[in-house]
Amino acid sequence: MITLEMQLDGASFETAGEASSRVKKVLQQIGVPGDVTRRVAIAAYEAEMNVIIHARRGIMTALIYPDRTELTVADEGPGIADISLAMQEGYSTAPDSVREMGFGAGMGLPNMARCSDEFDIETVIGEGTKIRMTIYHEKRP
Amino acid sequence: MTGVSPYMPGYFHSVRLTAHHCKGCVNCIKRCPTEAIRIRGGKAQITEARCIDCGECIRRCPNHAKTAYTDCLDDLARYKYNVALPAPSLYAQFPPHTPVNCITSALNKLGFDEVFEVAQGAEIVTLAIRDYLKRSDIKRPVISSACPAVVRLVQVKFPELIEHLLPIDAPVEVAARIVRTERSRELGIDPDEIGLWFITPCPAKMTAVRQPLGSEKSNITGAIAISKIYGELLKALPSSAEQCSGRRASWVGVGWAVAGGETTAAQIDHSLIVHEIHSVAEVLEQVALGKLKHIDYIEALACASGCIGGPLTVESRFVAEQWMKKRLKDMRSEDTAKGIVARQGYDEVAELGVNERRAIEPRPIMRLDDDIFKAMYKVEVMDKTLGKLPGLDCGSCGSPSCKALAEDIAQGTASETDCIFRLREKVRDLAQEMVDIAQKLPPSLGKDNSKTGREDDK
Ligand code: SF4
Ligand code: SF4
Repeated sequence: MITLEMQLDGASFETAGEASSRVKKVLQQIGVPGDVTRRVAIAAYEAEMNVIIHARRGIMTALIYPDRTELTVADEGPGIADISLAMQEGYSTAPDSVREMGFGAGMGLPNMARCSDEFDIETVIGEGTKIRMTIYHEKRP
Repeated sequence: MTGVSPYMPGYFHSVRLTAHHCKGCVNCIKRCPTEAIRIRGGKAQITEARCIDCGECIRRCPNHAKTAYTDCLDDLARYKYNVALPAPSLYAQFPPHTPVNCITSALNKLGFDEVFEVAQGAEIVTLAIRDYLKRSDIKRPVISSACPAVVRLVQVKFPELIEHLLPIDAPVEVAARIVRTERSRELGIDPDEIGLWFITPCPAKMTAVRQPLGSEKSNITGAIAISKIYGELLKALPSSAEQCSGRRASWVGVGWAVAGGETTAAQIDHSLIVHEIHSVAEVLEQVALGKLKHIDYIEALACASGCIGGPLTVESRFVAEQWMKKRLKDMRSEDTAKGIVARQGYDEVAELGVNERRAIEPRPIMRLDDDIFKAMYKVEVMDKTLGKLPGLDCGSCGSPSCKALAEDIAQGTASETDCIFRLREKVRDLAQEMVDIAQKLPPSLGKDNSKTGREDDK
């Protein structure tokens, strides 16, 4: 198993994509099929963006096994008031200034769920959110 | 595993090394977009499976040790009927007041029986792109496949984006197909007796002739570098435009020579234009992360400014761009005045590759081992090694960066002491050890070191 741990800082848009690229690179190095790598990368990227847009800081952990990748993103942030609403495509609480930049289109959570085989979210208002995703390297079970 | 093993040697490459010119400096290894080059035994070595023939190393080498293999005019003798297929970027090597007709008749003087403009193929591809983008079953953004170096970059570094590549043959292939079919019919000669020669701005296109992308066999016989025949062309330029027979391409096709020409011609609303191979890689990285969904088409070219900046052109790309833009402006008004319109349909071209085109196969180069367990072990070794390297990316070890050296060490093709800083540390440690050993005297020599030491401390 390979463990990658990456710090994420709220509002640091200039680093956006670095954490997900690192995960992606390792998957490419161990030869995980391209379409799977792409799903992991997109899921990781969306989670990373979520932290940057909404939270103060967070940690992304990727546990890479031969047969699967487990991504955990835990943040210190506002939490999500209504998860089922946030899971709807197009729903966003990102401020207008952020959305005008093309971020926070309200596709984050649904996109993560679509890319992962297992998806789990825990949130406490005022404290933070923890998202856990598993993506299998072979065909979906 | 899908696709061809990256460890398989034997690809044809246009870009080569002239070993006796190579001084082993590190200019080329640092700029290669796929980290294909290493310095070993004082000379550069290109890993074939990684090289995409972008020609970046040709530009960077101060000693001109990197060259591109292309065909030459002598090869024309082997064919009954020879056709030159000039890339639109050839016109940009001449000032705008030199008409295209002059350039094509100079080509005739060099021994070609006919000149067929690749720009005509570009006009057809322009129309085909417009039609393709109307489809709803395609992966967006569509990535242009006109530049073979970009296609190969996708194959090796972004295999997950292969489905985004435009599945239509490049303009030169389309042009070649038209000429071969039409001439063998009209002149009654065997198609194999026709020599079709692409006048190329780059090695990537030369490689694409020998190693076609997406079609079983290229219709092009060979490629001749613009820089190889430029001198002779200059001498052969007629003073006034001679009448040229046959169809002349409009500005729509000629404009493909410059970055942005393709999308302007195809009139695509949501398009993104990116040129220069490292910038192309950055944009592709974004596509791979699922961004840029709002873009329909990406015109991506390996050379800065597009094909006019090709490594086998002669004019500075800045001059060439200015000349080309002026030429296009003149052509537009001239075309309107003379009533020349760009091609409106392409019914006469039976097949553009959309349906019957062979899939472009992935050639991933990133994986460290075919066995996932071994690969994972190598990732760990890499990570650990990287922590011990200074992170200066100086290249003195012969690998392009500390990361690349760590990878080479994990692969067993390099060792830690290839790093001059690690070597120095080792030498220092060794020297220290020698000093320590030298200070240790056998007890029989009688001097009481420990006592003296204690007294000194006081
Ligand atoms: S042609 Fe391009 S990919 Fe090939 S070795 Fe040179 S710089 Fe690298
Ligand atoms: S941009 Fe044009 S000249 Fe440069 S490598 Fe691509 S096709 Fe060749």
